[in-house]
Amino acid sequence: APLMDTVPPQVVPGADPSARQLCFAWGPAEVLVCETLFGRAGESRSRCLSRSPSPSRFWGAGRAGAAARALTGSVAGTGEGAPSSSRVFVVRRDQDIYIQTLRKLFNESHGIFMGLQRSEEELAGKSRKAQLVQVSKNYRSVIRACMEDMHQAAVSTRDPALQGQYSTQVSILSAMELIWNLCEILFVEAAAAGPLLLRLLDWVRLHVCDVDSMVREVLSSESPSKHKLFWNVVDVFVLQGRMDEARHLLSKEATANPTSMNMYKILDDLMKKMPVPSLGNTQTLTELELKWQHWHEECQRYLQDGTFASHPHMESICKILLGDEDAILEKKELMTTWYHFLVTRLLYSHPTVKPLELRFYAQSSMDLFLGGESSPEPLDMILMAAFEFEMHQVIKECSIVLSNWWFVAHLTDLLDHCKLLQSHNLYFGSNMREFLLLEYASGLFSHHSLWQLGVDYFDHCPEYGRVYLELHIERIPLSTEQKALKVLRICEQRQMHEQVRSICKIMAMKALRNNRLGSALSWSIRAKDAAFATLISDRFLKDYCERGCFSDLDLIDNLGPSMLLSDRLTFLGKYREFHRLYGEKRFPEAARLLLTLMTAHIAPCSFWMTLLTDALPLLEQKEVIFSAEQTYELMRCLEDLTAGNPDKQKFQDDDVETTKVEMLRLALARNLARVIVKEGTVEGS
Amino acid sequence: AMEDVSAKFVSQKISRTRWRPLPAAALQPPDLFATGSWDNEDNRISIWSAGDLGNAGLNGEYHGEPHLLCDIQHNGDVMDMQFLDQERIVVASSTGTVTIFRHHQNNQTLSAHHRWEKAHYHVDQDTSCGGAACTGVVCNNPEIVTVGEDGRINLFRADQKDAVRTIDNADSSTLHAVTFLRTTEILTVNSIGQLKIWDLRQQRSEPSQIFSLAGDRVPLHCVDRHPNQQHIVATGGQDGMLSIWDIRQGTMPVSLLNAHEAEMWEVHFHPSDPDHLFTCSEDGSLWHWDTSTNVSEKPSFLHQGGRSTAYLSHSTINQSVVSAWLSNDPTKDRMEITNLIPNQTLSVNSLDVLGPCLVYGTDAEAIYVNRQLFA
Repeated sequence: APLMDTVPPQVVPGADPSARQLCFAWGPAEVLVCETLFGRAGESRSRCLSRSPSPSRFWGAGRAGAAARALTGSVAGTGEGAPSSSRVFVVRRDQDIYIQTLRKLFNESHGIFMGLQRSEEELAGKSRKAQLVQVSKNYRSVIRACMEDMHQAAVSTRDPALQGQYSTQVSILSAMELIWNLCEILFVEAAAAGPLLLRLLDWVRLHVCDVDSMVREVLSSESPSKHKLFWNVVDVFVLQGRMDEARHLLSKEATANPTSMNMYKILDDLMKKMPVPSLGNTQTLTELELKWQHWHEECQRYLQDGTFASHPHMESICKILLGDEDAILEKKELMTTWYHFLVTRLLYSHPTVKPLELRFYAQSSMDLFLGGESSPEPLDMILMAAFEFEMHQVIKECSIVLSNWWFVAHLTDLLDHCKLLQSHNLYFGSNMREFLLLEYASGLFSHHSLWQLGVDYFDHCPEYGRVYLELHIERIPLSTEQKALKVLRICEQRQMHEQVRSICKIMAMKALRNNRLGSALSWSIRAKDAAFATLISDRFLKDYCERGCFSDLDLIDNLGPSMLLSDRLTFLGKYREFHRLYGEKRFPEAARLLLTLMTAHIAPCSFWMTLLTDALPLLEQKEVIFSAEQTYELMRCLEDLTAGNPDKQKFQDDDVETTKVEMLRLALARNLARVIVKEGTVEGS
Repeated sequence: AMEDVSAKFVSQKISRTRWRPLPAAALQPPDLFATGSWDNEDNRISIWSAGDLGNAGLNGEYHGEPHLLCDIQHNGDVMDMQFLDQERIVVASSTGTVTIFRHHQNNQTLSAHHRWEKAHYHVDQDTSCGGAACTGVVCNNPEIVTVGEDGRINLFRADQKDAVRTIDNADSSTLHAVTFLRTTEILTVNSIGQLKIWDLRQQRSEPSQIFSLAGDRVPLHCVDRHPNQQHIVATGGQDGMLSIWDIRQGTMPVSLLNAHEAEMWEVHFHPSDPDHLFTCSEDGSLWHWDTSTNVSEKPSFLHQGGRSTAYLSHSTINQSVVSAWLSNDPTKDRMEITNLIPNQTLSVNSLDVLGPCLVYGTDAEAIYVNRQLFA
């Protein structure tokens, strides 16, 4: 079944579909729910349902801009209905992203995730497995550290609502760790018969903490054996297979109670002799089974000959050692969970249980433990699925139950690295690992500051990661240049040219609006955006025409090779060079440059009049600067401008312009006269 | 060594880390540092204790991660931050505001002590479009100089309400960082690869000197000056390049050194042993540049005070003929460089060195303290 279709409905607080017709727009990370002006027609539903958008919906909706437009359209396009204000609800999926303490989890696990992606696939067999188990343990230790922080926060806050929220998170984190640990044993480490039981015992000891306070209370009392909970604690130790601790406690009882000394010695001996699987290869399973059989028979004998008959506590312990289900079930309160019962049962009846046999014992243990009194909860179903080696079921159930994508995304990725998930493709094309990573990273991107983490997750989604990143990165608000530079770096490193251009354009536009022409230009230079560089150059030139002087000389004088980005920019640089030459009184060079700007068509036609006006003072110099040939060229430029200009009308109407043209003609004619005389004189002499 | 580094995840992206300066006669290493965050809905200035000094182990190493002493909300991203003295911190905000915070050590609280609203702004200070990010701040008590995206340079005095001097449109591109060259002169770097010297005594609003990278005008993001040899200046650029400049000669850098693969966000000479230089970058690395390898005797860092006592080593350094930083090919000559953070993926936005201690902060929301930098 497709994963997402089982997401339970959620109520959007405040949205009331019984009063108003609602419309929706799906974004990659959030849903917009909008009240329209239409009254509710037809059948009314009692609540507003929202689901996480499935990828197909996501692809249909496109980016948020489109979604927002769709919304305004629907509101503006209505003339009927109740005339009152409409509200837009932004429904975010991943609420947990906003919990401050969990940011530690997201950031620290990001490092582990990246390490795993980098890790050596070539490592074979045992060392690869050890590496993966270590990664799994690192993830769990981050969960535990986060749990501790959350617990600390819950303890130290005075706000009861906040305290409730923290406590909820502690229990969610603790459930996550419980599930992860079991998955680590069964899937990542894939413990074999023998060691499997030891791992499961560790698992139970680590996670069944309800009895810890009782144990502490008894052990710290002055005379433990007199304590009313003494036997409960002994039972807890026995049920968890903590034999040494149980024997230690029992020895206290024995010294305090010499009458039962003999009985005690026998029980102690049985407990001491109990064969347990070893982690090393020192014994084979058959050896263990033989020893265990022998020990079992010995226990049986003592029970049958009534050795413990006079002492119900010791007798019940002996029954537990024999794996008597009723005797173990009697201690239900001390085990608190069916999976503790399962592990205790395995310890005393099937110590060499094989992984694939687990499912039978698990199912019957749950049935026996719950005894039809209560129905299994989601956590029970998840653990059951794990015992049944239904990995996909585990992930699916977790996706439904847990309030964040962090857990499933990281666990699935790890299992995928263990090469356990390859056969499973989802109906929409990408595999489960990628699907969950995309969901998680999308959640990160919807967060004000965690978006940077999301980038690396998208990078490791070969199928759709790139597209997701492209869509999300455009939605990051570029509040400062510094932030824009960081976003830009992400895009540049991934050759996302379109996004690079768009970011630079946004920043250049911003700078332009703020009249920061220099900044605007450096942004368009970075994007190699010729059109925009032209636009900015025109602003510079316009400013110059209006004010008669250049702004931002520090920039224009130092354009360097970037001058070649656009023709207009080249002109700007060259025109400024003309002014510098003129300022330095290098008139012949200045004149030559000025003429070239027109004859080589570097200057835009609209600027020719300004250039010709700039020629005026050169024509009026005491020294003759323009040669005859140059003067003819200038004249041609002027005539081209006045005659060929389609805006001829403008010149005729404008008195100032007409005067300017007349002045120029006069100056040119005078210059020509002077130069003919001068050149004639020079040649003649 | 990595094992001397303690880390703490702080649930906020760190944009600046700064050691509190030590009093002149101090013998102990620095113990307090300040951090600023960015890109949060709620940004903060925080004061941290570097670790429990009382818990020094048998070998003299310190245990324990940094712990928070106090913090205060800050409006906008923290763009830059500098201690004015032992108690006051000047903070540059993305809103254009410059604030002096006071750290009250008796009851471990922070308070806003003085504020220059919109010290940096676009177009018209009085219109709502308002603030431009203040990108850099440098202090020389009581003087404070700030630069911003608006290309403006402000000179404040800690005790005066209004700016002492403002150079509007000092730069047509964004000014990214500022530092003091001498008491009346400052250095700025901008987004078109220029390094400029400004003489604040002069009334004209133009730099007294402009230095520039050749070729592509790669933006410069950070600048620091050699603590003893004032003509040696280091800058870091958008391409991660470290440039060393000799401002006595030429208009181009003396050497270009490449180690980072993305923006270099900060560069710092070690204040009391300037043969060492530290840089951090968007690429998640932090490089230690060491030119002291052929110096037989390393000075003891523990017994030199803070930045104010850097003159202690002055005489010895002046004796060396040419600074290692200015030799023609420092990579071949005698430079050793080490990346102090292997496998980091997210940006290291800031670092600070003082005595034997290094503190740095990252976009992965963690702060790191290394107390035995030269061990």
